[in-house]
Amino acid sequence: MSSRERVLGRVRRALADVPKDDTPYEQAVVREYLREHGERSVAETVDLLAENLADYRAVVHRCPQGELTAVIGRLLAERGARTVVVPPGLDVGWLAATDAEQVPDAGSDTPDGLDRVDSVVTACALAIAETGTIVLDGSPDQGRRRITLVPDHHICVVRVPDQVVSSVPQALERLDPARPLTWISGPSATSDIELDRVEGVHGPRTLEVVLVGE
Amino acid sequence: MSGTFVGMPAFPEAAHEAVRNETLRGNLRHATHTIRAKRAKAVAEVSDWAALRDAGKRIKDHTLRHLDRYLEQLEASVTAAGGTVHWAADADEANRIVAGLVKETGESEVVKVKSMATQEIGLNEALEAEGIRAYETDLAELIVQLGKDRPSHILVPAIHRNRGEIRDIFEREMSEWGRPAPEGLTDTPAELAEAARLHLREKFLRAKVGISGANFMVAETGTLVVVESEGNGRMCLTLPETLISVVGIEKIVPTWRDLEVFLQTLPRSSTAERMNPYTSMWTGTTDEDGPRDFHLVLLDNGRTDTLADEVGRQALRCIRCSACLNVCPVYERAGGHAYGSVYPGPIGAILSPQLRGTQSEIDASLPYASSLCGACYEVCPVAIDIPEVLVHLRERVVEGGPAVREGNKVVLRPAKGHAAERAAMRAARWAFTHPGALRGGQRLASRTRRIHPRSLPGPGKAWSGTRELPAVPAEPFRDWWQRTQGGKGGAK
Repeated sequence: MSSRERVLGRVRRALADVPKDDTPYEQAVVREYLREHGERSVAETVDLLAENLADYRAVVHRCPQGELTAVIGRLLAERGARTVVVPPGLDVGWLAATDAEQVPDAGSDTPDGLDRVDSVVTACALAIAETGTIVLDGSPDQGRRRITLVPDHHICVVRVPDQVVSSVPQALERLDPARPLTWISGPSATSDIELDRVEGVHGPRTLEVVLVGE
Repeated sequence: MSGTFVGMPAFPEAAHEAVRNETLRGNLRHATHTIRAKRAKAVAEVSDWAALRDAGKRIKDHTLRHLDRYLEQLEASVTAAGGTVHWAADADEANRIVAGLVKETGESEVVKVKSMATQEIGLNEALEAEGIRAYETDLAELIVQLGKDRPSHILVPAIHRNRGEIRDIFEREMSEWGRPAPEGLTDTPAELAEAARLHLREKFLRAKVGISGANFMVAETGTLVVVESEGNGRMCLTLPETLISVVGIEKIVPTWRDLEVFLQTLPRSSTAERMNPYTSMWTGTTDEDGPRDFHLVLLDNGRTDTLADEVGRQALRCIRCSACLNVCPVYERAGGHAYGSVYPGPIGAILSPQLRGTQSEIDASLPYASSLCGACYEVCPVAIDIPEVLVHLRERVVEGGPAVREGNKVVLRPAKGHAAERAAMRAARWAFTHPGALRGGQRLASRTRRIHPRSLPGPGKAWSGTRELPAVPAEPFRDWWQRTQGGKGGAK
C-alpha cells in the first residue's frame, strides 16, 4: 500500500462519524463578518492607506501624475542610488529624471548580482487601506519576486484611487491566485527579540510608497 | 512525533525547575505582557472579530470533516500547477523523502524558513545524519540553533532569551557557522537584527535548495501561503532552484476566498499587527520567477489519529498563532521547555498527547499542565475549546479506553499513578448511590470534625500540600434541611 493510500485510508476511518449528507460547504461556512470596516469616501480610503503604511514605517509620498517622474528621480538621488533595477514592463517615463544606471530584470541575474544593485522601482497590483499593505503579482511592471527582495531600497508606485481597496476580502477578490503574490506591509521587521518590533532584517530596509493621483 | 524530546521528565518536574529560574521568568513575563496588551488592541480595531472567529472555526471544521476529499483536490491542483506531491505517514518517512529530494539536487546544504512541521519531525537532525546541513534563517530559530538550544514558543522560539543572552550567543557562535558577529556588537535589538542580516545573507544568496512549511494550502487553486515578518521566508521561497514544503495535512482550506478570514485573524492574534510585513503565495511553479522545482510533502504523523477523536479533533483547527501561549498563566511561569514538545503552552498540552499518544510520562502529564482558567479559549482565533479537550484527555489518561494510534484502533490502559484518584472516585460513586451510607458517613464526619487533620496522610499528602482541606460543617446539609424544612422554620 502506498503512503498516499495509507494516509487517505486513515482519514476516512477517522471520519466514520461524519454522515454522507453532511452540511455542504456553502451552508457550513457562515460569513457574517464585514466586507470592509466602516464607511469611507474614496479620498478617506486613500488617506487611511497612507496613514497605515506610515504606521508600519513605510515612507509615504503623494503626488499628481505629472510630478511622478520628478519624485522618483528625487527619491533615487536622495538615496544616493547609483544603480536601479527596472521591471521589463515599467513605464519608461517614470525613470526619465534619474541619473542612476538602469539594470533590466533579466532571468540570468544571479542573487549576488542583485545584491549589488542599490534600488528597485516597481508598480503594484493593488493596495489595501485597512492594513497598509501593497500587493505585487509579478506583472511586467513589477517584475520577478526577487528584484523587490534583494535590493535594500524599494520604491513602489500605487495609482490612487483605482488601485486601492479597503479591505483584505476586497483584495482577494481582485487578485489572481495563479500568479506569484507578495503582500508587503512596511519594510522587513522582526518581533523575535523580546516580542518587540524592530524594522530592518532581510527584505528591503527602506520601503518608499508613492501614491500617485490622476 | 520524533524523538527530539525523548526522556523529558513529566511536566510538574520540568516546570518545578523552570519556575526557579528567575531570568527565565523575567524574560517570559516581559515578553508575554508586552504582546498581550498589543494583541487586545489589534483585535479591538476590528468590530467583527467574533464573526471572523466563528467563520474561521466553521471553515476549519468543515475541512476536517471532509479532509480526504480536500486532500485529493489539493493534490490535483498542485500537480496541475507544476508541483510534485508526496505523502508521508510519519516523521521518518517525511525525513526520508526530503533527504532524498535534497540529494537528487546534488547539494549538501539547505536554507530553511521557520516551520513547526519540520521541527516536529526533527528534520534538521535527520538531514545532518545524511550529511546535509540545514541553516535556520528565522531570527529566533537562528538564536536557538546557534545556542544549541530548544525552541520554547511557537512564534518566537527564543522567547526565553533576553537581548543580552542573544548578544552573547551571536558573539560566541556565529563564526562557527559562517560570517562572525560584527566587532563590538551591543545588545540593542536593531544591532542584533543587523548582525543576523549580515550572517545569513551569504547563505541566502548561494542557496540552491529551500525548505519551508506553510500556513495555509488552498485546495481549489493549489496555492500555498507563508506568513512572515523578516523576509527570510521570501528569500527561501524565491531564490533557490528547488523548494520543498513540508506541511501537515490539516493546513488545508477549501477555497481562495477562505483566506480572507485567516489573513485578518492570524496577524492580529500572533504578532498583534494589522498585517505582518510579508506574505508569500505561490501556486506550483512560475516560469523564470522562483524555484524551477516545487515539492509538497503532506505530513500525517499523528494527525489522523487526532482526527479520529471526535472531541480532540478540534485541536487540528489550530493556525499556530500562539495567542494561547501568551495569555496562559501556566506558560508564563513554566516556560515552553517544560512542555517537552515543539508545541508548548495550552495548544501543546492538547496537541502533543494526541499526536504522540499518552503513553510517555511527559505526554500523560500534559493534560494537567493547566489551571483550566479558559483564557486560551477566549483568545483562540479559531475557537478551540482547549479546556474541554484538556478535561477529555485527563479522562483518557486516568480511565484509558479506545483510541487510534498510527491508524489502528487500540484500547489504552489506565495510566499509572492515578490509583488513589480512581479509588476515591469509585468510593464517591458507591456512597452517592447508597443514601443510608452517605448519611451515616456525613454525620460521623460532622461529629469528628474537631480531630480532622489539616493535611491528608499517605498518597493524599501531595494533593493537600498546596490546598486547604474543606472544613466539614457542624451538621450535614440534609439533616439541617429536614430539621428546619429548608429554613422555613426560622431555626439556624
